[in-house]
Amino acid sequence: MPENKFNGFTNYGIGIGLRSQHYDHILSRKPVVDWFEIISENFMIDGGRPLHILDQILEQYKVVQHGVSMYFGSAEKPNREHLRRLKELVKRTKTPWLTDHLCWGSVDGRYTHDLLPMPYTFEAARLTAQKVREVRDFLEVPIAVENVSSYAEFHVSEMTEWEFLNEVAERADCGILLDVNNIYVSSRNHNFDPFTYVNSVPAERIAQIHIAGHSKFQKYILDTHDHPVIDPVWKLYERAIQRAGHTATLLEWDDSIPSFQEVHREAMKANRFLADTSLAVAV
Amino acid sequence: MKLAALQRAVARAVMQPLTRSERMKRSAPGGGRMSSYAARYIKPNDRLTSFERLEIYNRQYWLRVLAALAEDFPGLRAVLGGQWFESMCKAYLTECPSRSFTLRNLGARLETWLRQNPSWVRDRQALALDMVRLEWADVEAFDGQARSSLRSEDLREMQSPQLRLALQPYVQLLELRYPVDDLLLAVKHGDDAADFASNAIQEQKKTQQGPGGCEA
Repeated sequence: MPENKFNGFTNYGIGIGLRSQHYDHILSRKPVVDWFEIISENFMIDGGRPLHILDQILEQYKVVQHGVSMYFGSAEKPNREHLRRLKELVKRTKTPWLTDHLCWGSVDGRYTHDLLPMPYTFEAARLTAQKVREVRDFLEVPIAVENVSSYAEFHVSEMTEWEFLNEVAERADCGILLDVNNIYVSSRNHNFDPFTYVNSVPAERIAQIHIAGHSKFQKYILDTHDHPVIDPVWKLYERAIQRAGHTATLLEWDDSIPSFQEVHREAMKANRFLADTSLAVAV
Repeated sequence: MKLAALQRAVARAVMQPLTRSERMKRSAPGGGRMSSYAARYIKPNDRLTSFERLEIYNRQYWLRVLAALAEDFPGLRAVLGGQWFESMCKAYLTECPSRSFTLRNLGARLETWLRQNPSWVRDRQALALDMVRLEWADVEAFDGQARSSLRSEDLREMQSPQLRLALQPYVQLLELRYPVDDLLLAVKHGDDAADFASNAIQEQKKTQQGPGGCEA
């Protein structure tokens, strides 16, 4: 069920992240790409070249907004200036749905600019869901929350990460941006079976899927988005697609960014799993 | 434990400065051992202690914010030298952590902070302040509000005596003592930074003998 209320009943294919390194190639060669994902914060500005480029992209491509600093899980209220600027951008891009992370990162108005892991408690789920609802009501666009990679777990947690994700999504009645690379990274860092995670997420809420590469260190894995997608992550993707159907898929590549063609080629590998999913059912 | 209290405690540790060897400090915010502080909130696993898991976030935080300032202020970095610039940034960010949802605003208070903390710019205060003002103006010009530019045909159609031309709102006029615009261009083109700093000072010595400072 690729089209659902959490992605604005759209049926997007395979997209890639819009990065400044590729602007010239995209604008001069006009490659065929199903859609681009933009980092909202890069365009929540008053003017200048970034918005000029974005307007040109919008003339020719479908764009979906992805945020990195809404911090649905931070205990503090949403920043009004952030919301105001985000809504301006939503009007500009007409994004059919909007995503940000299920994490926290700001305290008392101070920002870490990181995606810090949540304590998986019922209190946190309730507050986070309430914030997702507030943001959605203000922006008037469907919202999907993304699971993050994590390197730490809290003593106070009362449930697993996937139970927490489901609890928030259910309470907020929001969509899920399922990042299968993040599931893989966290499964290695916290010793759980990543397929248990993928199989536990309500398929009908999956609005979009992220794929990416990461970096292995001796004692942990870091989510760096600077490598191709590895086979175990593709297997998780295959399973997610079996459950959710032909879902909008996005390759993230944010560091050591290769040529546009290479990034696009890597993203298109997802077609191997999307070829025959028309009969897919949630299981 | 309440969510807000836990987040406040973890954020204090994450944003605490690293040691000189870029590791997490052994002492916790507010005193005590960091290993005990970390163990209070974070589970260890079979490979990493609570301290080591928290340290990943502590190091990532500083890598990210220092990289953001280095990207926005390459000219100031050239003026101060790489190591001193990084030490200055750590002191600045410790006193003035980000209060914006975007890293773009990280350097917004740097000029004011440098004026209040002149020891960080030593004998190059005027040059450093000129540079930080230019570089912050550059940040603001990059994504500032712009009005539609006038074309020659627009001017032909406007015969009103009330016509007034104005600069784009993102343009700032800076009165500077040093030719930091030239210096910044040279730094961005990858020339040797240390030489530029000394060249700029040489040039200032010359201009001091002649008429006034320069404007950019």
